[in-house]
Amino acid sequence: MGQEIILKQGQNSSFLKPLLLKLTSRFQKKSVLSSLKKTGITVLSILLFLGLWHLGSKALYNKEASFKIEKALTERGQAAADAERDCIASGESSCQPNTLPSPAQVWSSLQSLIADHKVITADKAAFSAKMADVNAKLIAKGKDAIVYTGRASFIDIVLTSIKTVFAGFLLALLIAVPIGIIIGLSPSLRSAFNWFIQVFKPVSPVVWYLLVFMIVKTLYIGDSTDNAFVISFISVGLCAMWATLVNTAMGVSSVDKDYINVAKVLKLGTFQKVFKVILPSSLPLIFTGLRITLSVAWMVLIAIELLAQSQGLGLFVWEEFQNGANDSNAKIIVAMFVIGIIGFLLDRLMLTVQNGVSFNKNEAV
Amino acid sequence: MAYLELKNVYKTYGEGANQTEVLSNINLSIEEGEFVAIVGFTGSGKTTLVNLINGLLRPTSGEVLFKGKRVVDTSHERGVIFQNYSLLPWLTVGQNVFMAVREAYPKKDKSFLKKRVSEYVDMVGLTPAINKRPKELSGGMRQRVAVARALAMNPEMIIMDEPLGALDALTRGNLQDEILNIWSQDKRTALLITNDVDEGIYMADRIIPLKPGPKATLGPEFKIEIDRPRDKTALNDNLNFKKTRNAIIEYLMDIGESRKSSSSEEFKLPEVSPKSFVA
Ligand SMILES: Nc1ncnc2c1ncn2[C@@H]1O[C@H](COP(=O)(O)OP(=O)(O)OP(=O)(O)O)[C@@H](O)[C@H]1O
Ligand SMILES: [Mg+2]
Repeated sequence: MGQEIILKQGQNSSFLKPLLLKLTSRFQKKSVLSSLKKTGITVLSILLFLGLWHLGSKALYNKEASFKIEKALTERGQAAADAERDCIASGESSCQPNTLPSPAQVWSSLQSLIADHKVITADKAAFSAKMADVNAKLIAKGKDAIVYTGRASFIDIVLTSIKTVFAGFLLALLIAVPIGIIIGLSPSLRSAFNWFIQVFKPVSPVVWYLLVFMIVKTLYIGDSTDNAFVISFISVGLCAMWATLVNTAMGVSSVDKDYINVAKVLKLGTFQKVFKVILPSSLPLIFTGLRITLSVAWMVLIAIELLAQSQGLGLFVWEEFQNGANDSNAKIIVAMFVIGIIGFLLDRLMLTVQNGVSFNKNEAV
Repeated sequence: MAYLELKNVYKTYGEGANQTEVLSNINLSIEEGEFVAIVGFTGSGKTTLVNLINGLLRPTSGEVLFKGKRVVDTSHERGVIFQNYSLLPWLTVGQNVFMAVREAYPKKDKSFLKKRVSEYVDMVGLTPAINKRPKELSGGMRQRVAVARALAMNPEMIIMDEPLGALDALTRGNLQDEILNIWSQDKRTALLITNDVDEGIYMADRIIPLKPGPKATLGPEFKIEIDRPRDKTALNDNLNFKKTRNAIIEYLMDIGESRKSSSSEEFKLPEVSPKSFVA
């Protein structure tokens, strides 16, 4: 379902249209037979995966169930054990074994999350309709309008995560690409920055979060607005930008000598040389870096959202785990798949963009 | 004073133990309006020589003078056709040429520049490919783009590093004529690096062999005393042509032979005598 949502979003935004067109035309070119075969293999492997998962979760379920019955028997005697067995068999939610959920459970969790989203959306609409008059009056008086502060739905949570990743990615791009270009152009700056990059590159997302938290907290002193989003996207950006920084610097510093000779013989000015020769020739490497940055951003997001208490997937997973409700485990697995699928789609998106800018079509991976 | 002059030029690559002297004591002088060809074996240092003249490289010792001034940088006065085309792969044929033309004529308006681009692209017969990128072109087509780019800048001196190597005989002939045409207009000066003696004789006033490296030096020059415009088909029957051609080829074969024999000298086998293991 997560997949469907993302695709719908893509169709709405016009900048994706050329990419989608390109994708479809590429598919058409391929022979139908080989693509059918490929799809067949994919479907088969998915079915195999689901089957193994189903069997695995069933085995775990049985183990957990017999453990529970055993425990009741040793602690409270035969009658309690029988009661426990009946309770588990009846499907009563209070005594279900707490273990890896089966594919079917995950599927129903997904549906309940979507149903929940519909309820909350309706709720929100009702709330804003009810408050329309009051809010109009409040605004007329120059006061803040009353906004809906109820629970966020799963879809809202996913959207928050995507927003955080994109904001972080943009921040990484705005910091890493210009700095990468500058240090790529100057060998002395490169050696000056080298220790800095080497030291900060391996720093873990948790530490980045703490660093950003220390700074943002001070900057926002006395401000009541929720800065969890700001903290998390800055942390994501800082954590993920290193691949782009290193790749940009490398691309810019290792431009083919022939192109530099051309620039010299044509006597291009510095601006022309940078923008017409050096940058185009390092674009493929820069985009490889950006692609890594985006996937790292999406990967560290979960940990950072959890720490920052930002209303995204990270916090969702953590809260479900703490919550320990009957379908919590299934919801965590739903979140896992949504994270994986969105990560995959983001990577595809970057790959398409990367192929689009690469002048050396056969070299792009 | 010569138009272009190389005085006791040495060029070494590398440092310390890895140092190799590629060019050794090169002396060359070219008069304004002259067409000089340099023929040499592969790896002898022809491209190095070209880069010393166009200003991409500086000599280790000695000096390169252009119109009496020491060459310290590249200049629009000296146009270069690179051996490996060196087209920018992200630009189309037209854009590659346009970039050069805009640098050569910074004050002209866009319509002038565009006209000049299409004129030179047409000259090398690439109008149908003007919007293609280098990747989509054959080696010969790329070489023609490189020719168009260099000539469209209208340089005073044209330096060509094996510019027609990858072309078939017919295209090669056409481009030779185009280059000669442009050279003879406004009395330009030209330096052609080639490995084709016939091409040198057809185009140049003088042919100078570059001996095989390392420590390559220039050999004795051969003057081509054939009236211009030269007729390619008639050339084969020209006595002067035959004589010069034979002389140059003989010379090149001689230095090729001596290179072979001198190199085999270095691998003398050590004296070994069988040892007896029987007591
Ligand atoms: N940048 C460099 N650093 C070190 N050695 C170099 C460098 N450039 C060229 N050489 C060496 O100098 C010698 C001459 O090279 P050069 O490219 O000038 O030869 P060439 O005559 O143009 O050969 P070809 O006919 O194959 O084009 C070669 O042995 C080469 O290995
Ligand atoms: Mg060469």
